[in-house]
Amino acid sequence: MTPPLLVAAVDTSSGWQTFLQYALIGLTNGALFALVALGYTMVYGIIELINFAHGDVFMLGSFLALALIGAMAKYLGWNWGEPAMIGLGIGLLLVVVPLFCAALNVTIDRVVYKPLRRAPKLAPLVSAIGVSFVLMNVGLLWGGAADRHFPDLVSRQSVLGETAALSFTVKDLMVVAITVPIMIALTLFVKTTRLGKAMRATAQDPLAAQLMGINVDRVIGATFALGGALAGAAAVIYGLYINTVSYQMGFQNGLYAFTAAVLGGIGNIPGAVLGGLVIGLARSLGSGYVGERWTSALVFVILIAILVFRPAGLLGSRTRDKV
Amino acid sequence: MPALLEMQEFYAGYGPIEVLKGISIEVRPGEIVALIGANGAGKTSTLMGISGCLRPRRGRVLWESQEIQQLPAHEIVRRGICHSPEGRKIFPRLTVLENLQMGAFSRRDRAGIERDLVHAFELFPILAERRTQAGGTLSGGEQQMLSVARALMGRPKLLLLDEPSLGLAPMIVVKIFDVVRKLNQEGMAILLVEQAARMALKLAHRGYVMEIGQITMVDKAAALLTDKRVQDAYLGE
Repeated sequence: MTPPLLVAAVDTSSGWQTFLQYALIGLTNGALFALVALGYTMVYGIIELINFAHGDVFMLGSFLALALIGAMAKYLGWNWGEPAMIGLGIGLLLVVVPLFCAALNVTIDRVVYKPLRRAPKLAPLVSAIGVSFVLMNVGLLWGGAADRHFPDLVSRQSVLGETAALSFTVKDLMVVAITVPIMIALTLFVKTTRLGKAMRATAQDPLAAQLMGINVDRVIGATFALGGALAGAAAVIYGLYINTVSYQMGFQNGLYAFTAAVLGGIGNIPGAVLGGLVIGLARSLGSGYVGERWTSALVFVILIAILVFRPAGLLGSRTRDKV
Repeated sequence: MPALLEMQEFYAGYGPIEVLKGISIEVRPGEIVALIGANGAGKTSTLMGISGCLRPRRGRVLWESQEIQQLPAHEIVRRGICHSPEGRKIFPRLTVLENLQMGAFSRRDRAGIERDLVHAFELFPILAERRTQAGGTLSGGEQQMLSVARALMGRPKLLLLDEPSLGLAPMIVVKIFDVVRKLNQEGMAILLVEQAARMALKLAHRGYVMEIGQITMVDKAAALLTDKRVQDAYLGE
């Protein structure tokens, strides 16, 4: 089972139009993958751990968003039918859910990974897989085994007008309008702020970072927080965009996002974004031209092909290239 | 005068291997102290022990009469001990300027940092020319200068220098040693680890000789330079 793609509205009348439509859908989906991929890549960049639990943090975030939407309607009388309230409500979700995911991610690091910081690399890796299963079961307990419907709060009206050759809905626009600023903000943060520079320094040489007076434990904590927050934002957008959530979505999307991170060059922030977009495109074009059932195979064929020619990923350097 | 830094009976190691077997060293204010010895004697580990990157199994480190051996490394920097480590450890994908800013990470006095940056560029003009270049693209000598300059940005009372001459052209080594002398004349205490024993002892006030995890000799640098055993083992007469 793979996350559904929104390809229903594709007009097949003209070749290039169809292609552009698939590409547009692919890029929109890819922006979402990129947001999740950033969490994998940043954590890997700083402690060389593939945080397999990251996808499940994302999943729990979407469950929280779903629960909050219900609770706000029930206890606050929130009117999810009115555009202004929808906008404000989504804004609130985009604050609360990322905070939750950040706290969860930091807690996982403190409780599970931190005691293993000096252990051989395999130990935290296997623990990460374990945490992933634990969280997945928490999700199962919380949301049940069946797919859950996530309220369809954002309009599917095309912003280009109904008669335009291409369809780009308000929903698509929402994804782009939230993910792109987040990614720009993240890039600026890592490039220019004191903490961002400390993150890059720690990723490049943790020992030297310590000798500079950088509290490496704090920097690692901040990285988990940031990665978790990005997953939380992605969780809200995913729910609103795909409208179906399930306890398995963390595993599936996590796999794609992780693949995106590797594809772009794990540890590399622009790489994760590029990888996400490539995978989004591959899935969309693949399901359009090859067939939905081949999508996953296609994605991994592309991954393998790219890694054969560029083992460090698209933007990765041959040495360790990290945050 | 009381010692600035006192390492007392310091034992430390990695796993089952004990690399420091009761090291006692002191550095007094205004002093250049050379720590010489063969490869693998434990010189680098000694500096790591002072910096808080290698924890003692026994023993203490006193800084201005206070125990610091249990403090995390970033706290030790804050107290005025800055370290230019073995292998320079430049951040390869940060620019020269960013590397220097990292050196001042523990400080909050913007104006002071700006002044020290100017000072660092005066000491090593080549770094000013390279300020927007990534650290990893510098030559070995430039990286060594950057490593020293970066440590200075923490405004140390004690500067730990690990093999600043390693692999560098003699002209650059002379230049770096000149800077060390100048810093010392301005009042900075320096603990210098070197395999280039003659140069180190000529620069230093006092010296320690280290052999497989232990201090075997300690004396005025001038006395060590003329000592027969030191000459035979380290000065290659």
